[in-house]
Amino acid sequence: MTDQSATMSVIKDYILEEFLPGEDPGQLTPSTPLVSTGILDSLAILKLIAFLEREFDIPIKAHEADEEHLNTLQAICALVDSKRSLVR
Amino acid sequence: MKLHQYLLDAAHHWPDKVALQEIDGNSMTYEELDTHSNRLRDRLVSLGVQPGDRVGFWLHKSIDAVVTLFAILKAGAAYVPIDPTGPAARNNYILSDCRVAAIVLEKRFETMLGVHDAEEWHPVILSIDEAGDSRQARATPSCNVQEETSFAVSRAGTEDLAFILYTSGSTGKPKGVQLTHGNAVSFVEWCAKTFALTQSDRFSSHAPFHFDLSVFDIFSSVKHGGTLIIIGEEIGKQPHELAQVIADHGITIWYSAPSILSLMAQFGQLETRDYSALRLVLFAGEVFPINHLKLLTKRWPHPLYFNLYGPTETNVCTYHQVRTPIPAEQMEPVPIGKVCSHLEGILLQADGTEAGEGAEGELCIYGPAVTRGYWNLPEQSQGCFVEVDGKKYYRTGDIVREEADGTLRYLGRKDRMIKKRGFRVELGEIEVCLYRHPQIREAAVVALADDSVGMRVHAHIVSMEGKPLSLIDMKTFCSKHIPVYMIPDRFSFHSSLPKTSTDKIDYQTLKTWSGS
Repeated sequence: MTDQSATMSVIKDYILEEFLPGEDPGQLTPSTPLVSTGILDSLAILKLIAFLEREFDIPIKAHEADEEHLNTLQAICALVDSKRSLVR
Repeated sequence: MKLHQYLLDAAHHWPDKVALQEIDGNSMTYEELDTHSNRLRDRLVSLGVQPGDRVGFWLHKSIDAVVTLFAILKAGAAYVPIDPTGPAARNNYILSDCRVAAIVLEKRFETMLGVHDAEEWHPVILSIDEAGDSRQARATPSCNVQEETSFAVSRAGTEDLAFILYTSGSTGKPKGVQLTHGNAVSFVEWCAKTFALTQSDRFSSHAPFHFDLSVFDIFSSVKHGGTLIIIGEEIGKQPHELAQVIADHGITIWYSAPSILSLMAQFGQLETRDYSALRLVLFAGEVFPINHLKLLTKRWPHPLYFNLYGPTETNVCTYHQVRTPIPAEQMEPVPIGKVCSHLEGILLQADGTEAGEGAEGELCIYGPAVTRGYWNLPEQSQGCFVEVDGKKYYRTGDIVREEADGTLRYLGRKDRMIKKRGFRVELGEIEVCLYRHPQIREAAVVALADDSVGMRVHAHIVSMEGKPLSLIDMKTFCSKHIPVYMIPDRFSFHSSLPKTSTDKIDYQTLKTWSGS
């Protein structure tokens, strides 16, 4: 498993468990909109940010906690990867 | 004039015509209805009922129930229909709240009747056998009453109370809407003009008698010498059987809440039967989901359709003829139309000023059909009216918008508007969005205060297949039609939604489901 797909799988599991209980995992694709659909509301976004910072040991800035950076699994992975390359 | 004058006239003009028809075959002519209601009136009078009294009847829907309500009117009293499917405690509360002088009670409900030991209130109980079998209400009057007791029907007295219909109150206790003979007559006369009703019409009586839709059914039918097809509580909920009844009985005028029409469109196999007699379909009581209305008008293309709107306090106060066929792309529910000609309406904004064209406001209604207020609740009654230019308008609590052509569009209940993240959210609008989803059969949305997010919106859904739907699919679908702040926070899936006795969504129960 590549690094990116491992990252995605961790985030996907978290989102499914935390915000989409009972959902068929197949429905959550890398491009499913999350913020513009309200799946991630403002409270959920705060929780997700805390999870990402803790899980991947990265800092996320306030202005990054928005629809542009968090709307899809793909976008979230890209954000996490860009931070990790900075940390390294 | 008084309401029962319609019966006296009909019995004079069409004595042998069938006035009432139960679907299992029992029927009664106008002459019989007049005679039997006279006898029961005499019985009630002999038991002490006086003009100005209230008389409850706790009967299932039947010929006997109609005989009873006319007998009560003829005695000069107001009838108080008790929901035979309602909880005993609620029914007993209603009887005691308006201090009925007598209760006409079906034997099988005797055990549900509470003990009435209130001070200075000792209602007479008149028990009758199984209503529908209709022996007792039509039975011989008690021996000391002459059959031909002369009881001149008062022609004046339009201000006298004709009936009290109890509706659910926000306090949790039902409140009695007082309606006079004049209130009801003004409505019945408007219907006569608007719908061109005739003596060859066969009227459905689908709504229960404690529901204001029954005022149209009973009194329009009798005024015009039509036949009233009385549909019992049980069959009234079964779309397939009901669809059969409409065809078999050649019903020409149907009036009900939209929900049963939705069910008939979906499950009634309407395409398999002959509905050529049906000429008018009236619906009222809640918003008709547009997809279901499209389906219905496709199955029944020929009748005229009217959306009637109005709270019990005014009866129908606006109406709109639906243009058919409904364009496939139309997604908005049909408007509520224009204010009926016997009434006047204004739109008031929150600051008490009248809304201008295109603006929205609370619809307030003035005119002869408007209630004088609630039984024994002077403060609540006062709060429901607003005086503008010397006229006392009833505040409907419904927010509407007037479109350029004068058509009113229903936006929602004043009390179903919530603020979420500072935005005004109309819960009904979320429901309209959900109903556009092809997999959703029924949707109802409630809002609950939540400590962490302010208001939390919870959608209760019945899916077509009866199974839970994908949350991602739900939220993604909503995001295409409504702003993100309106998308429900929670979705729950059920096999059916709770309904009130008048077949409307029971939001109080849904809130308790959401709270648990």
